[in-house]
Amino acid sequence: MTNGWVDIKNADVILAMGGNPAENHPVGFKWFMEAKRTRGATLVAVDPRFTRTAAVADLYSPIRSGTDIAYLLGLIRYAINTGRFHSDYVKIHTNAPYIVSDKYAFNDGLFSGFDPAKHQYVKDSWAYEGDPKTKGYVLDPTLQHPRSVFQLLKQHVERYTPEMVERICGTPKETFLKVADIVTSTGNAQRVGTLTYALGWTQHSTGVQIIRAGAMLQLLLGNVGRPGGGVNAFRGHSNIQGATDTGGTFEILPGYLKTPAATAQTLADYFTGSVPTTLNKEAWASMNYWVNYPKFMVSLLKSIYGNAATKDNDFGYAWLPKVDGNYSWMYIYDDMYRGSSMRAGGKEPAPEGFITFGMNPVGLGPNSKKMIAALSKLKWAVVIENVETETARFWNAPSEYGGAPPSKIQTEVYMLPAASFAEKDGTFTNSARWLQWKWKALDPPGQAKSDQEILSRIFLAVQNLYRKEGGALPEQVLNVSWAYSNPTNPDLSEVLKEMNGKALADLHDPADPTKVLKTAGQQIDGFGQLMDDGSTMCGNWLHSGVFTEAGNNAQRRNNADPTGLGMFPTWAFSWPANRRIMYNRASADAQGNPWDPTRVGIKWNGQKWVGDVPDIKPDSPPGTYGAFIMLPEGVGRLFAGTLNDGPFPEHYEAVEAPVDNPLHPNVTSNPTALKLTSDKDVIGNKKDFPIVCTTYRLTEHFHYWTQHQHKGVLNELAPGFFVEIPQALADQKGIANGSKVKVTSARGSIEGTAMVTKRLRPMKVDGKELWQIGFPIHWGYAGDSDHTGPLANFLTASVGDPNTWTPEYKAFLVNLDKA
Amino acid sequence: MAGQTLEIKRSSAAMWGTHTGIRTTPTVAKYIDTTTCIGCKACEAACQEWNDLGTVETHQTGTYQTLPKLDAKFWNLIRFNEREVDGGLMWMMRKDQCMHCAEPGCLEACPAPGAIVQYGNGIVDVDPSKCIGCGYCATGCPFDVPKFHVKTGKMAKCTLCVDRVEVGLEPACVKACPTGCLNFGTKDDMVALGKARVDQLNKSGFKEAMLYDPEGVGGTSVVTVLGHGHPEWYDLPVDPNVPVLVRLWKSVLRPVGVLAALVTAIGTFAHYTKYGPIEPPSDGGSDEHPN
Repeated sequence: MTNGWVDIKNADVILAMGGNPAENHPVGFKWFMEAKRTRGATLVAVDPRFTRTAAVADLYSPIRSGTDIAYLLGLIRYAINTGRFHSDYVKIHTNAPYIVSDKYAFNDGLFSGFDPAKHQYVKDSWAYEGDPKTKGYVLDPTLQHPRSVFQLLKQHVERYTPEMVERICGTPKETFLKVADIVTSTGNAQRVGTLTYALGWTQHSTGVQIIRAGAMLQLLLGNVGRPGGGVNAFRGHSNIQGATDTGGTFEILPGYLKTPAATAQTLADYFTGSVPTTLNKEAWASMNYWVNYPKFMVSLLKSIYGNAATKDNDFGYAWLPKVDGNYSWMYIYDDMYRGSSMRAGGKEPAPEGFITFGMNPVGLGPNSKKMIAALSKLKWAVVIENVETETARFWNAPSEYGGAPPSKIQTEVYMLPAASFAEKDGTFTNSARWLQWKWKALDPPGQAKSDQEILSRIFLAVQNLYRKEGGALPEQVLNVSWAYSNPTNPDLSEVLKEMNGKALADLHDPADPTKVLKTAGQQIDGFGQLMDDGSTMCGNWLHSGVFTEAGNNAQRRNNADPTGLGMFPTWAFSWPANRRIMYNRASADAQGNPWDPTRVGIKWNGQKWVGDVPDIKPDSPPGTYGAFIMLPEGVGRLFAGTLNDGPFPEHYEAVEAPVDNPLHPNVTSNPTALKLTSDKDVIGNKKDFPIVCTTYRLTEHFHYWTQHQHKGVLNELAPGFFVEIPQALADQKGIANGSKVKVTSARGSIEGTAMVTKRLRPMKVDGKELWQIGFPIHWGYAGDSDHTGPLANFLTASVGDPNTWTPEYKAFLVNLDKA
Repeated sequence: MAGQTLEIKRSSAAMWGTHTGIRTTPTVAKYIDTTTCIGCKACEAACQEWNDLGTVETHQTGTYQTLPKLDAKFWNLIRFNEREVDGGLMWMMRKDQCMHCAEPGCLEACPAPGAIVQYGNGIVDVDPSKCIGCGYCATGCPFDVPKFHVKTGKMAKCTLCVDRVEVGLEPACVKACPTGCLNFGTKDDMVALGKARVDQLNKSGFKEAMLYDPEGVGGTSVVTVLGHGHPEWYDLPVDPNVPVLVRLWKSVLRPVGVLAALVTAIGTFAHYTKYGPIEPPSDGGSDEHPN
């Protein structure tokens, strides 16, 4: 979230789209209701289903699953054409005035630079025009230049008329116009709207571009950086934010530093590709905060390799693993299944073993049949869990899941019992970026151990083997610093201190070298004190400030609210730098006065910025720096040349498309979407599988966990797998409520109880009748025998977004029959 | 049964309770705002756990609703209702439980002395030690609340967590509610809160929004904000009343019966003073109960 949970209470309009927060985030949802109760805020729910969120919304708008971009670009078009956008904001806080290169083009569904053989774009033409004399960008503050971002955007969205939105999304034009009127009512200084989304946006083959379209809408309306505004992602798990912050995926290190590529063999090479330069001479200068990248990276290397990391050896950079390809989720299991890596032309071997903890890959990965077949090829698997999941028992999956008989599976599976969240200390980082310490409530049962103990003991054993027996590049393992008081079971507060970082030598004030800021060994106050010469160490620059000399700030529980806006600056710690609203410079105008004096993010008092912790230097006068400090331009991007599938979002159908793309039938789906091609990756067509299907979660259940509770109260409240079916479709097929139905995709079929409802409605899409159905994910074959059920992902496909490689769980094609 | 620290205002099968009038306790009430309820069922889980009700066996029958109606082992149920009005869909969620009527039909119908009581604070409670399991209370209830527990042979229903309330805590359901659609306090405060919310809803497009606190049962200690002025859409009776027969029993037949008993007693006394005690037959006999 750019803002926080509590801040939602400050909104005048809440657009809940691509998520069902009442269902999935019921506790945070209180702030939606607070906004309604205290401000009379208007809540709009846009969803394929009439959800629990829709039930308490002021307006519900149906939408066909996977068509959010068309809807959002329709809203952007409406805002531009009616003038209902915040033009003062747009001129100073976005790149609307920037002139784009004349090589940029968009024709018939494809942006310039498409390579049809590779299904990739060469992005050179998606660039700003540079003034050859100044080497700066060229701007037109009047926004009239035909190649200004603003005019190009206007031209790009012109096709998304309310009629086209109806044709693509199946949303009645009148409903869409009502939503457009409400949402764009915040396109001014007086009103603010927030945008909330979750996995209903991310889990599409166009997921990142959907989110971009939402962010662009919020920039146009002037809602980013302001209390009550923002682009707010609700994370799918209590600590998913913390997991990504700490390098939870293959392409990032802690703090969103890049995993080194094999091509960058030295630290200097690595920095060349990672540290952006700014050419912004025309508009406000940018702090371009990533210029500090080397400080973050060197401090990270010092935290990993300790004294072994020196300036002479590039701080141990050579020992860091480098990646030579895409090791994202679906590729890992594709390699496993095929027995060799297709990315390397089948030349590299597949993984022979894997360790998994805190997740259930067979349950949550797409195409369960392929997942099970992939794991069956491993020599060994280690499952660290507190219940015996589908992954732990993949070798005796029911025969309809296509697994071989257990006697034919050679994989040796080790199940290590792990402590649950209540049985260990540590932090949760919530969607609002708050690191909150939690205390262990009880000891783990039996021989169950905490994750840190299990990982430490494995690591120390492996390190010992390298010490005794050597091996390829032993330094990589031997030089890792493991200086914890109890190496086999590190205290997590020690780990948190390491993540915060400390001075390794005396740190002097840059403004006054005679003044010592920190003596060697002291915890630093924040990432502003990090150095690139090896005199500081820091495990995650973004979390720096969480454990200072003042103590463990994640444990703070002071609910003082000096602004009355619910920022609670002394409650826990909010990254970055305890800032509660990101890009808060944009909450004020060019002179530093808040757009709305009743909702002050920060304001300039003549000497410094006051309010929230400012993004920009606290004593830099208005006009010095732009609000978007992480971008070289310093302004928010309506046009972004960095993504893999276009500088503007464009409507593409799901990979399993129920209709041809009404805008450009020759380019129906995202041309750059990730599609795997093993014999198990079968894609259905609209003739055999005419119904759109989506998956979701229930508030009563917790992932794939509650099904393991014998006679648990949550299984009592939501018993058994079901399929939600529109009343009219059920009537057509003679399906009675509560009867058994079978849902079939190109990957397989599952059975469940029909839940016949008007909450799903018939849709007219491109002139044709179209149906949507859906079902929840919480069941599987490994639960308590009273609570087993089909795996939802048995039907989903290994296709996904070309930027994040997230699978397209939210829109795929099926057929429906009576069972 | 909890509530020992509370005075009893009314008691079943008695002319009056133990209310001394020395202490005055304000009437308490639970507030339910259906327009901010998301049907998450946290209240259901909290009720089951606080009251040690265990679990009931449920099956997926094609609805989000846990059970078709309340149960002796399930005192708090969110009812889900879909309704189409003028082409627009509504999915209404309403928390169903004992309404704790000011004039409780269950108490009036109950023939077992002290089995149903109304405390000074308005909470209506069943005392299992005195309940005879006859089920008359169910016939007296216009909300279909008290249920027969097959194993204990007693009637059971929501106690408004009297064991929490008497020590100054809110009911478990209110404690668990994440959206703040539940609240707890004095009846006066909850009615004021409800009226303010209804007023807000009336102004923001819900012209028929209303506060449900039905007069037919003297008002209830559960006040409910309804977004639409149709209680029946939420499975609530439009104008609930204690059934006429129950009223008749309580207000006419019972006093008549009591009067008859009194007359008999006076007659007996007069007989005694005039003729002396009736002696048992001289052939002895047994004190034992015939069966």
